[in-house]
Amino acid sequence: MSERLQELLDAAFPDAREVAVVDRTGGGDHFHVTVVDGRFGGLSLVDQHRLVYDALAEPLADGTIHELRITTRGEA
Amino acid sequence: MSDLRGRIKDTIEREPVVVFIKGTHEQVFCGNSDRALQALRGVGAGFTTVDVLPDPRIREELSALSSWPTIPQVFVAGELVGGADIVQELAMTGQLEATLDERLGESWRRPGDERTVSVTDGPGLRVVPGG
Repeated sequence: MSERLQELLDAAFPDAREVAVVDRTGGGDHFHVTVVDGRFGGLSLVDQHRLVYDALAEPLADGTIHELRITTRGEA
Repeated sequence: MSDLRGRIKDTIEREPVVVFIKGTHEQVFCGNSDRALQALRGVGAGFTTVDVLPDPRIREELSALSSWPTIPQVFVAGELVGGADIVQELAMTGQLEATLDERLGESWRRPGDERTVSVTDGPGLRVVPGG
């Protein structure tokens, strides 16, 4: 399941410096995703996280993702 | 607009700091909801919570209003500040206090002033044992 999230994020953030997906519990439904992308520069954290939610809309809607932690950064 | 959505909107606009969580301020049923409350407690903020668990439509209507898919959701002065990750990050960097200062002046400094309000219409949606 981590691979599916990784693919969705890679597709949504093709120029990201870093995209990481961690299965926090090993159960395939609690994830921590990290995206570092220059396009976050100037966006509020709310808008940064919304872009990640948009990318993962399908697994969020179908219940695949039970819990999601998000870390986003613009490139430092 | 549905009655429920209207009540959610009114609550967001009326309460200086309101957090939609799974549970109440006294009994939280979700680690992320708890993280959001702990971040607010850490800076000494008073807040109001709304339990989304009594009716799945609360969460549906809330997410439709806020364009935010997950719980918890923290609103300050009617505006979404974020979920647990954002509020925790803001608290760690001192920006949570700055955001509260900016939007509410000093009035948010009410440590321990916590309450839970309902957005459902009376007790009708509660499960009554044996009912």
